[in-house]
Amino acid sequence: MEADAAKYIGAGIACLALLGAGIGIGNIFGSYLQGALRNPSAAAGQQTNLLLGFALTEATGLFGLVIAFIILFS
Amino acid sequence: MAATEDHGPMHQFEIIRYKDINIGGYDISFTNSSLMMVIAVVAILLFTILSMRGRSIIPGRMQSLAELSYEFIAGMIRENIGTGGLKFFPFVFSLFMFVLFLNLIGLVPYSFTVTSHIAVTFILAMAVFLLVTIYGFMKHGLGFLKLFAPAGLPIYMYPIITPIEIVSYLSRPLSLSVRLFANMLAGHTMLKVFAGFVIALGFFGVVPLVVIVMFTGLELLVAVLQAYVFAILTCIYLNDAVNLH
Repeated sequence: MEADAAKYIGAGIACLALLGAGIGIGNIFGSYLQGALRNPSAAAGQQTNLLLGFALTEATGLFGLVIAFIILFS
Repeated sequence: MAATEDHGPMHQFEIIRYKDINIGGYDISFTNSSLMMVIAVVAILLFTILSMRGRSIIPGRMQSLAELSYEFIAGMIRENIGTGGLKFFPFVFSLFMFVLFLNLIGLVPYSFTVTSHIAVTFILAMAVFLLVTIYGFMKHGLGFLKLFAPAGLPIYMYPIITPIEIVSYLSRPLSLSVRLFANMLAGHTMLKVFAGFVIALGFFGVVPLVVIVMFTGLELLVAVLQAYVFAILTCIYLNDAVNLH
């Protein structure tokens, strides 16, 4: 296999990290909605945790994306 | 760098030198990145000074905005650190406003997103990390090391927990900087990739054009959210140093 082709395949595989991030973010917002519909009065107090959890989860997926960029542009 | 043509999706992240400055072997040229930082700082100064010039009891539009952003950060600190953390208000507030303005200015077409360069975000994150570490040791002395051995665990857990805590503590500046940098880089690259589709598809380019409009709205949300997350994580890390769990 040519080195260039392997590079592109590797970058594509590194982007699979976003799969986990997608599942995780969906899980966070889904669980938040479930909880919020059961007890709407407590929902507003948990928005900080919601956004924080979203940001932390998203970051793990983006680490994979950064690795893809490193593979492509180095 | 791989072969990116002159106007590829990565072209927007290119650093352009306006004035070469070289002092003692260090390259401190004035670039488009520095220009955007100067614009952001001037915008923040104008916003905070001009909006508070009236100092009326019943705030006008601009004064409300300034009071809102003050109260937002002050509330965040009170909630996460307690009133003892309010001495860090100037630091967190300037960090939040700087990241927020850089993110928002980066969304303007033909401008430059400073926060999409890891050199910038890593220095910001490193400042937070050093502040937390130095302040923690100043306030608690060697007792700050208790952070790595949380109380109330069975004794045989400590050999496992302590290395994990140390690694997670040391990786904070990395995760803090990469989060902001990768979000900005990914978002702006995506916008430009879709912009390429608009030209390539000819008449049917209206479809990606609509998508771009929606993504720009999403990017606006991400720009504000990442500044918020940066500030709130700073608060949480500072909380470790002030209250020691």
